[in-house]
Amino acid sequence: MNINLTLFGQAISFAIFVWFCMRFVWPPVEKALEERETRIADGLAAAEKGQQDLESAAQRAEEILQDGRDKAQEFVNQSQKRADEIVEQAKQAAVEEGERLLVAARSQIDQERNQARESLRSEVAGLALSGAEQILMREVDAAAHREVLDKLVQEI
Amino acid sequence: MAGSSPAEYISHHIQNLTFGRHADGSLGFAHSAKEATEMGFWAINVDTMFWSLATGIFFCWIFRKAAINASVQNPGRLQSVVEMLVEMVSTSVKDAFTGNNALIAPLSLTIFVWIFLMNLMDLVPVDVVPQLSHLLGIEYMKMVPTTDVNATFGMSLSIFGLMIYYGIKVKGLGGFFGELAFHPFGKALLPVNLVLETVSFIAKPLSLSLRLFGNMFAGELVFVLIAALVPFYLQWAFSVPWAIFHILVITLQAYIFMMLTIVYLSQSHETHDSH
Repeated sequence: MNINLTLFGQAISFAIFVWFCMRFVWPPVEKALEERETRIADGLAAAEKGQQDLESAAQRAEEILQDGRDKAQEFVNQSQKRADEIVEQAKQAAVEEGERLLVAARSQIDQERNQARESLRSEVAGLALSGAEQILMREVDAAAHREVLDKLVQEI
Repeated sequence: MAGSSPAEYISHHIQNLTFGRHADGSLGFAHSAKEATEMGFWAINVDTMFWSLATGIFFCWIFRKAAINASVQNPGRLQSVVEMLVEMVSTSVKDAFTGNNALIAPLSLTIFVWIFLMNLMDLVPVDVVPQLSHLLGIEYMKMVPTTDVNATFGMSLSIFGLMIYYGIKVKGLGGFFGELAFHPFGKALLPVNLVLETVSFIAKPLSLSLRLFGNMFAGELVFVLIAALVPFYLQWAFSVPWAIFHILVITLQAYIFMMLTIVYLSQSHETHDSH
């Protein structure tokens, strides 16, 4: 329990150790700690931001997908409509063509019938004339009975 | 020490290796407790100085090593331990210290680690180092610097100096003495205030150093007593539990010394506006 010079020796070494600690130990360690703290905070913030980005990207993807679906649906509808139109047009054209053919056939029939009637008439006139000649046993003057004959042709 | 009585053994173990001027004027080591006392103030306890410097330099070396290699990305084991201590001290200072002073935290760290390391010497078996030194011809060897009042007073008086320095720096000379003179009872009872406050002010470093010294000295003495009085084949039954308990004591004492230093220095930085 003797108080002696050791007291000052201890005080001086204490002061030196404190100075050393303050100068060479504390600042680097404190700096490393602070830097790590900020890095962790930054990292967390970045992760948060990434999460948000991910969410917004997913939302955008969903929107784009929906858009695509809508468009596809629209195309399908349009082509459906177009197909209906084409079918309709084709039907229309077929009906018109049929009618046209019908009309043409009819007029041809008419024409042919007229022709047949025409030839038949002259045939009949000739037959009638030759029949009358045989009945009368003599030559009939065709020119003298032209009027009667025409009247007969008209009646047939 | 084979062949000596328990009393001799104990007194031998609590004697510092003191270097100074003998009564006849020659320089040298004291060969007995009486000679050491006769050397008076102008002597030095070489063992205390050696072990405290060794532990202190060890502290500086290991912490400096960790500080140089401090990596933000992947801290090693050593760095993690150092950072843990730094954070512990940093939190303590933030909690207890109200002022703003860059010295306090490194000071507290040094106090905590250095005292802890000096106390740790207590866990080295009591006879190992003294016997080794005896073989080298060194008569006395007390390994735990904190069982020497010089060591604890050396620190507490340095802190006392800091308390006065910052007290005067922050509050001014008038403020500092005003706190001593007018504080508990007002101006009417100035002498009473002065006596009370001065005593309590001086008691701070005194209690700080004596608490540490008392605890460590008592702990060391128990180890020495076990070694002196218990047969060697039974000593483990006493010294092992005491050593385990002592791990708690040495850490706690280092922590208390640090916390009280922070509190006392914080008081020196506080200005009381009530008076």
